[in-house]
Amino acid sequence: MSMLDRKLARDLGSMKGQFIAIALVIACGVAAFVMALSTLTSLQTTRSGYYNSQRFGDVFARLKRAPDLLAERLAEIPGVLRVQTRVEMEVTLDMPDMAEPASGRIISIPERPGRELNAVYLRRGRWIDPDRTGEVIVSESFAKAHHLQPGDSFRAVVNGNRVGLQVVGLGMSPEYIYEVRPGELLPDNKRFGVMWMNDRQLSELCDLEASFNSLSLRLARGAPMAEVLRRVDLIIEPYGGSGSHDRDDQISHRMISDEMKQLQSMATVPTAIFLAVAAYLLNVVLARLISTQREQIAMIKAFGYNGREVGWHYAKMAGIVALGGALLGIGVGARIGRGMAVMYAKFFNFPQIEFQVEWWQVALALLVTLGASGLGVFKSVRHAASLPPAEAMRPETPPTARVTWLERFGLMRRMANSSKMSFRSLFARPLRTALGVLGISMAVAVLVLGTFSEDMIRYVMESQFQRAQRQDFTVTFAEPADLSAVDEVRSLPGVQRAELFRAAAVRMRSGHHHRKVSLMGYGEERRIYPVLDMQMQPVPLRRDGVHLSATLAEQLQVVPGDTVRVEVLEGKRRHADLIVRGLVDDFSGSAAYMRMEGLWDLLAEGPTLSGAHLSVDEKDLGRLYQRVKDTPLIAAITSKNAIVQSFRDTMAENLLRMKVFIVAFACIIAFGVVYNSARIAASERSRDFATLRVLGYSRQEVSRLFLGEIGTLLALALPLGLLIGYGFAAMTVAGLATESQRFPLVIYPATYAFALCVIGVASLLSSLWVRRKLDELDLIAVLKARD
Amino acid sequence: MPDTSDPTAVFRAERVCKVYPMGDTEVHALRDVDLELRAGEFVVLLGPSGSGKSTLLNILGGLDVPTSGTVRYRDHDLTAYDDAELTRYRREHVGFVFQFYNLVPSLTARENVALITEIAANPMAPDDALGLVGMGQRTAHFPSHLSGGEQQRVAIARAIAKQPDVLLCDEPTGALDVGTGILVLEAIERVNRELGTTTAVITHNAAIAGMADRVFHLRDGRIIEVVSNAAKLPAADLKW
Repeated sequence: MSMLDRKLARDLGSMKGQFIAIALVIACGVAAFVMALSTLTSLQTTRSGYYNSQRFGDVFARLKRAPDLLAERLAEIPGVLRVQTRVEMEVTLDMPDMAEPASGRIISIPERPGRELNAVYLRRGRWIDPDRTGEVIVSESFAKAHHLQPGDSFRAVVNGNRVGLQVVGLGMSPEYIYEVRPGELLPDNKRFGVMWMNDRQLSELCDLEASFNSLSLRLARGAPMAEVLRRVDLIIEPYGGSGSHDRDDQISHRMISDEMKQLQSMATVPTAIFLAVAAYLLNVVLARLISTQREQIAMIKAFGYNGREVGWHYAKMAGIVALGGALLGIGVGARIGRGMAVMYAKFFNFPQIEFQVEWWQVALALLVTLGASGLGVFKSVRHAASLPPAEAMRPETPPTARVTWLERFGLMRRMANSSKMSFRSLFARPLRTALGVLGISMAVAVLVLGTFSEDMIRYVMESQFQRAQRQDFTVTFAEPADLSAVDEVRSLPGVQRAELFRAAAVRMRSGHHHRKVSLMGYGEERRIYPVLDMQMQPVPLRRDGVHLSATLAEQLQVVPGDTVRVEVLEGKRRHADLIVRGLVDDFSGSAAYMRMEGLWDLLAEGPTLSGAHLSVDEKDLGRLYQRVKDTPLIAAITSKNAIVQSFRDTMAENLLRMKVFIVAFACIIAFGVVYNSARIAASERSRDFATLRVLGYSRQEVSRLFLGEIGTLLALALPLGLLIGYGFAAMTVAGLATESQRFPLVIYPATYAFALCVIGVASLLSSLWVRRKLDELDLIAVLKARD
Repeated sequence: MPDTSDPTAVFRAERVCKVYPMGDTEVHALRDVDLELRAGEFVVLLGPSGSGKSTLLNILGGLDVPTSGTVRYRDHDLTAYDDAELTRYRREHVGFVFQFYNLVPSLTARENVALITEIAANPMAPDDALGLVGMGQRTAHFPSHLSGGEQQRVAIARAIAKQPDVLLCDEPTGALDVGTGILVLEAIERVNRELGTTTAVITHNAAIAGMADRVFHLRDGRIIEVVSNAAKLPAADLKW
């Protein structure tokens, strides 16, 4: 090892605290980068491999009933490679291990597995024997939730027929990687499951012989999607088609894509923050080191080392810290990534998730780290390299202190001279002070950003489930029913109040904007399901106009008072122009509301109902469940509490795991910035402090001065951090908003307080740690040293 | 015009000026200095602070360049050198000793010497160099465990270990007491005598002048007098 390298090693050793702090900040950034990138690539590869092997469709549509021959017309659309027609039916399931009825979706599959689209991946058991009745392949996640094995059986109501189903296999499909009941956010595998049945048998059960009610298409590469969708809609409209859509509107595909989008932003934003902070820290620490080693640099150069050798010496020092941090980050990132893959395996039904960190991700992480660090230290290294040896031998001129502008306005007249000293020293290097403040504020911002989602979720839960949706259950009917359903619902066991509704699929148009939504018709008195406006006040729904969710109004670019074109996508398919009467704050997506009578007018089919919200006496639950299972009218029953509970359980677990990481990461930033700022302040000011001690200041007084300087930084950084955190949160909320979901920007004071406390305590501990150095001040040596 | 200069001259400076801009004014550190140093010679540059002796030494050592005039080292014109050439010149020919030693605190005595020998063409072993200055027993100590005089002797060992052609010493005893200062001067004297290294020592301590072959008196950036000592005093006999 050359002597210069030996010096390097010892310098690194003697400043290990500072360098470790920086390496940790780098490690956080790299860990986030590697975690997000490796998980993202793993998800991408896994999904596209699965899509290819199971031939996932490009276009999907539901209709009422169409003859099998229609498939030929669909196949003639330019760009269509393959047409898959099938029968799909929503069913009520009576599971032996659960009193409450579950709901499911049965999908038809061919007699023998072949080249069909959206093919079932058979995990266990066997394919269905077409000669036996009632055999089904059940989705693996539903089977797991109910401990079902091949050979087990359960009962179901299919199209009003009570049938016994026998499990012969467990499987999964690319259409249900995210297996969620329509309209819900999180999978509840106990209460919703997908299963597959022989085509002929299911058609018979659903009275759809030689017909289909669902289709999927595979398109040629580069086929004009919009044109294909338009032509599909034209063909299926007479058969009750309610509009076709591409993968982007396929729930499972969209949820995974949203997750990928989040991973993408996780690979960039936090990484950028951490690496920027690390670059700043490397810059100040190296600049300080070089200034304390001016005489060594002078001597080394005087003896004939050239600028390149000296510059390389210091660049290597930064490089080693960066590399150390990056390697640690890659290790930690890979570990967290593996954990994420395990978590994804819970939510997403893939045959397997192949997680691995690719060499190019490691290379990219190293490159990004070295690049950021290089930018950070470039100036200092160049300074060391170009420092003329004769100049390096003279002590550095101290930064020019001046009367700060605050003082000029007389704001500091009453301040002690010793405090002025601290104050002016902060102002003497305004850029460094500003960046230090920014660095600490980033720690606060990261904490706010990392924890505010909890507030958001709590707010949504409270406003949605306690104020807007007070029902215990919602039942939906298999088919729109006439008013006799009212009595049938009211007579269900335990029902205290029932509020019926009619839902119709419509397309809303305004200018060239259009959206497919559910138009909900409600009665006049709505106590358990009031529709609330932006101020959380009940909305007076109208017969002669619609209320739109804020998201929908924005998508259609309309405001109250404007008119929208409403095209009904079912029944007589009537069109009408309706006035927008007001806006509804609806976090869970695009929807439109009006009085039920108005909807009936629009549908022109007389009074019909789609379902009801119920409040139920808990002691009658068992009987209610039993009755629902036996009532062909009711296709599905959803319990609000079950949704809330599963939401809480899943979210709580994930949020807690995230919070642990975020708090750790934020503390590392705070520690990195405060510790280094304090070390540098202590080293730069040791002469001042020693002088004060010689002149009779006590240790406590000097400590107070020193901590006061750090305190000033904190006092500036904490509020700024809250502000930046709010900005980050607002950006995140805007980024998370999708067609179907929008989240409110809600940050409770407790979240701010938590961020302030954590960063305040972390900062205090790091500066106290450094303060011990002041007790070791060698008063005489410090005064004798030339610098 | 016949060349009157001494053919054994190692350094030849002619009409050397150095001007530092200081805000609105200019400080003339050197004014029209002419000087020659001969091979193997021991010279002392004597003068009060601000007389320009450090500037002159820095220019001879290739650390600084004059504002005008020429400086030749043997047949090289230092004033025509760029930074890289000056670096190579220092690397190959010059040894420095500084008033404040300038040892690397994170390297031991031996390592401080080795730092320089590993970039030299024909160095002596670090231990030999340390032995020459009487530090053979303390080679593994870090600078913080050495006294000022010991540190300065390590610095001398470091300067001579690469066997330089010239040894330039900037106030080598300035930070030391008399006894220690004498030890350091003895080390320099021995190097000059045994290795034949041309040696220039700058000091404001007139007593040191006694051990030189020649003494250059400087004041206000000029050489005002050159005195040749008929008989040199051994460093051990110096008193101040």
